[in-house]
Amino acid sequence: MSEPQTIAVEFKNVMKSFGTKRILNEVSFHIDQGQALCLLGRSGTGKSVTLKLIMALMRPDSGEVWVDQDNVVGMGEHSLSLVRKKMGYLFQDAALFDSLTLYENLALPLTRLTKKSKPEIDDVVHRVLTEVGLGADGAKYPSALSGGMKKRAGLARALALEPKILLADEPSSGLDRITAFEIDELLMQRKTEHGTALIIVTHDVHGARRVADRVAVLDKGNLVAFGSVDEVSQSENEVARKLITE
Amino acid sequence: MRWLSKLFEFIGKVGLFSLRVVADSLRPPFEFAQLSRQLAEVGNKSLALIVVSGFALGAVMTLHTRNTLVTFGATAMIPAVQAVSFFVEIGPLVTGLLLAGRVGSGIGAVLANMRASEQIDAIESLSIDSFKFLVVPRVLACVIALPFLTLFMDFAGLLGGFLSEELSSHIAPTLYVNRAFDYLQWSNFIAPTLKTAVFGFIIGSVSSYFGYTTDKGAQGVGEAATNSVVLSSLLIIVADVLLIKCIFFLFPETAI
Repeated sequence: MSEPQTIAVEFKNVMKSFGTKRILNEVSFHIDQGQALCLLGRSGTGKSVTLKLIMALMRPDSGEVWVDQDNVVGMGEHSLSLVRKKMGYLFQDAALFDSLTLYENLALPLTRLTKKSKPEIDDVVHRVLTEVGLGADGAKYPSALSGGMKKRAGLARALALEPKILLADEPSSGLDRITAFEIDELLMQRKTEHGTALIIVTHDVHGARRVADRVAVLDKGNLVAFGSVDEVSQSENEVARKLITE
Repeated sequence: MRWLSKLFEFIGKVGLFSLRVVADSLRPPFEFAQLSRQLAEVGNKSLALIVVSGFALGAVMTLHTRNTLVTFGATAMIPAVQAVSFFVEIGPLVTGLLLAGRVGSGIGAVLANMRASEQIDAIESLSIDSFKFLVVPRVLACVIALPFLTLFMDFAGLLGGFLSEELSSHIAPTLYVNRAFDYLQWSNFIAPTLKTAVFGFIIGSVSSYFGYTTDKGAQGVGEAATNSVVLSSLLIIVADVLLIKCIFFLFPETAI
């Protein structure tokens, strides 16, 4: 008998507006630990907002956002920081700190949030950078990195704290197919070897088909399809079908 | 009347932001590493600008003062006029305004760029309080650095004045120094120098406010830099008037 799956992230009737524009309308879904969810949809349909709501960088107007058995809505800063430690976030443009070297970018969360000694931090940084193929680039500043290298560096920073949940905002956008494939491989490896739950915002249907256990399609603020790749490709919703069978 | 309510709303927001700076600067953890980095940014990197400006201003002021005082046969007063002017008003005010330009625009632009490129979100996602990490050290660095930079401005101004006077009248250095400090009291020196800490708080808080709270992406970077300089400079001048009244109240002997 297989062990019951634990829910990594759950949305319950989440609504979010900016001014008069409704971004998310009563959105509900969940993703289990060790699974990968790809969020698809046209630009401006609330995909990145969904990730920011999970990380509690934004608050919903109503509804609940559960992360590993904690509702992050209305949570205080101290409790929130404990929940955030369970998550890693790869931002769309990597969001590396310009004034810090690659090594310092990765060492920062380890220095601040763990009790590791300097040699231990050096080991972790070197291991994670090597894992993403940047082992020799620790002394470089973000301005000296290419787009693909920045993405991989951002991924390395997100992975440095061994998160249970990894949020990735368009990890393959602006990259050539080979580099995009390498990033997908790294994400898959994280899921299979470490049991990390992945929530990926993407426009790359090929990548989504390769990585996703579940696909969610957002359109005009509504969740119009949710399920496996095969289920979504047979969805009654035309936008969902078009996006996944592109 | 709508603009008036927006103005009050804006003042309220900047006020609350500044109060948060004060509250967070007293609450651990203290970001000493960041503070040291910002002190180098605000202090060390502004030093050349301050010293060169002070020196040039001192030389020019002596040239102008000399022309007037010669008419009254009071050239012996030149060092005293120079010292009192610099220590009481020119040094603190010019240092504040120069720093509003150099540091204020820098803080506004850097924080706005960090906001636009999601670096501030990234800091929050790493469970680090971005306000304490980015804003508080910048404001404290301005508060600490301004009085020291003012001293450099004051003495550079005196040096510039001395060299200018030495070329005109071949005055001996010791005589110049003696005459310069004859009319200067401690209250002329300490209170005006310390008031620049308030200028530093204004520069740091206002610039950080514009940079940290922008939501206009790349366009917001330029706006934050410009607004930081304009409002910081304006508030420094207004604060200067109020602080001078306070100094006269606390040290009546300085109100000549």
